Amino acid sequence: MKKSFVALAILSLLSMGAAQADTLAKIKAAKSATMGVRESSGALSFTLGDGKYAGFHVEVCQKVLADVQKKLGLPSLEVKYQAVTSQNRIPLVQNGTVDIECGSTTNNAARQKDVSFAVTTYVEEVRIAVKANSGITSINQLNGKNVATTTGTTSVQHLRKHERAAGVDFKEVFGKDHADSFLLLDTGRADAFVMDGQILAGNIAKAKNPADFRIVGEVLSVEPIAIMIRKDDAAFKTAVDDSIKAMMKSGDLAKLYDKWFVQPIPPANTRVGLPASDATKAAWATPNDKPLEDYAKK
Amino acid sequence: MASWDWQVFCKETTSGEQVASCFGKGGDITYLNWLFSAWGWTLSVAVLALVVALAVGSLMGILRTTPDKRLVFIGNAWTELFRNIPLLVQVFLWYHVLPALFKPLQAFPSFVLVVFALGFFTSARISEQVKAGIQALPRGQRYAGLAMGLTLPQTYRYVLLPMAFRIVIPPLTSESMNIIKNSSVAFAVSIAELTMFAMQAGEETSRNVEMYLAVTGLYFISAFTINRLALVIEDRVRVPGMIGSK
Repeated sequence: MKKSFVALAILSLLSMGAAQADTLAKIKAAKSATMGVRESSGALSFTLGDGKYAGFHVEVCQKVLADVQKKLGLPSLEVKYQAVTSQNRIPLVQNGTVDIECGSTTNNAARQKDVSFAVTTYVEEVRIAVKANSGITSINQLNGKNVATTTGTTSVQHLRKHERAAGVDFKEVFGKDHADSFLLLDTGRADAFVMDGQILAGNIAKAKNPADFRIVGEVLSVEPIAIMIRKDDAAFKTAVDDSIKAMMKSGDLAKLYDKWFVQPIPPANTRVGLPASDATKAAWATPNDKPLEDYAKK
Repeated sequence: MASWDWQVFCKETTSGEQVASCFGKGGDITYLNWLFSAWGWTLSVAVLALVVALAVGSLMGILRTTPDKRLVFIGNAWTELFRNIPLLVQVFLWYHVLPALFKPLQAFPSFVLVVFALGFFTSARISEQVKAGIQALPRGQRYAGLAMGLTLPQTYRYVLLPMAFRIVIPPLTSESMNIIKNSSVAFAVSIAELTMFAMQAGEETSRNVEMYLAVTGLYFISAFTINRLALVIEDRVRVPGMIGSK
């Protein structure tokens, strides 16, 4: 008797995840939507402190939700912000805590089994940052060096593949977050920091002496970064996609990109200084939600 | 609920291909290889830190019970210093702040630094327990030892400590188990231990639940083994008729 009750409780807990498939209806009923945001994902999504969030993807999502509000005919729509991490972002989208995740999530085939992605809004290039006076200009010079990367990211996998192809042997050092990885590079515990280009650029911009650092070498990998939504919710995906496509067409998205990646941004009024790459422009010209694997093939 | 996929541990970490034997050959490593390597790091950090903690903690605990006021002060200062700073902050102090002040420390690998950080933190707790163990003995024992003509160190060695250590075995067991669990802070200074493995491998494979379950199991096994070992030791050293024996 007791056992079956526990089993029932667990079952009902597990089934909660699948409970809300119709996000539009949920938003309409609650007159609110929950946006998943990151604490520090470069200029894509970051906190200003005090529960305020900003960034390229955050602003894109605010515009998307405004369009959703218009579409649903709601007089008002409350937008709630929920900070997520690399580890919990997918479960939180699946179980309905977060309706739309606006961080820095790579669209790949493994994740597409669990969640759905809007059309790609940003294409990330994985690069290497080094100290300007280190003399390192290419991945092949990393032989025997300490290479930092951040725990819970996939950048190091690309590096391992290159490592094998080029016969380079280096030691992986994992920082607990991007700031920590950058500190490893800054204090000399690591000779290079491998990460998404915009995160490297953002950290260098915030460094005490930005001229001490340089982004060098070949592009290790190209990753489509997209806004994440629940799987099997065609109506909501169409609404989000249509809104983003309209911004791509009107050039609003390019203006937003310029605002966050080229102009000075809060909180310190520094510039990331990373104009839109050709890959990003291509994604805007032909909107798609292709996963990472399609980019790798070329 | 998503179905389990335990085969993920047999995947090669670079190519993502399944390896039939689940253990990579040559330069290949599977997630299972990596899991065991991470377990090794966790145990190395914990065991070495425990050695440091027992040695330093016992010494400081003994100093706090001596008649000399200066020695008592040293023991008290040590204990309060390391007991009142959060562990994670201590780890960062060892890793980022001390090497900036004392250049020679930069040559030390982070593994050594985290062993000392964790060892000194736990030594403060062990010092408290050793002190309590010694003070639990009737005062007459100390006087009896000294009256027999033993020096103070001899009194400690042959009269007080053999009994005090038997009394504090149970709390020391808890500390030994704690140190296994506390070793997860080593993740913060780039040691490739179990917690870091769970986060990194979970992200690479998108199978967070399986990774965390495996890591949880290994932490439990490690701590529980220490618990059983301590029981055996407690049983072996028991003196009939003494405090702490049945």
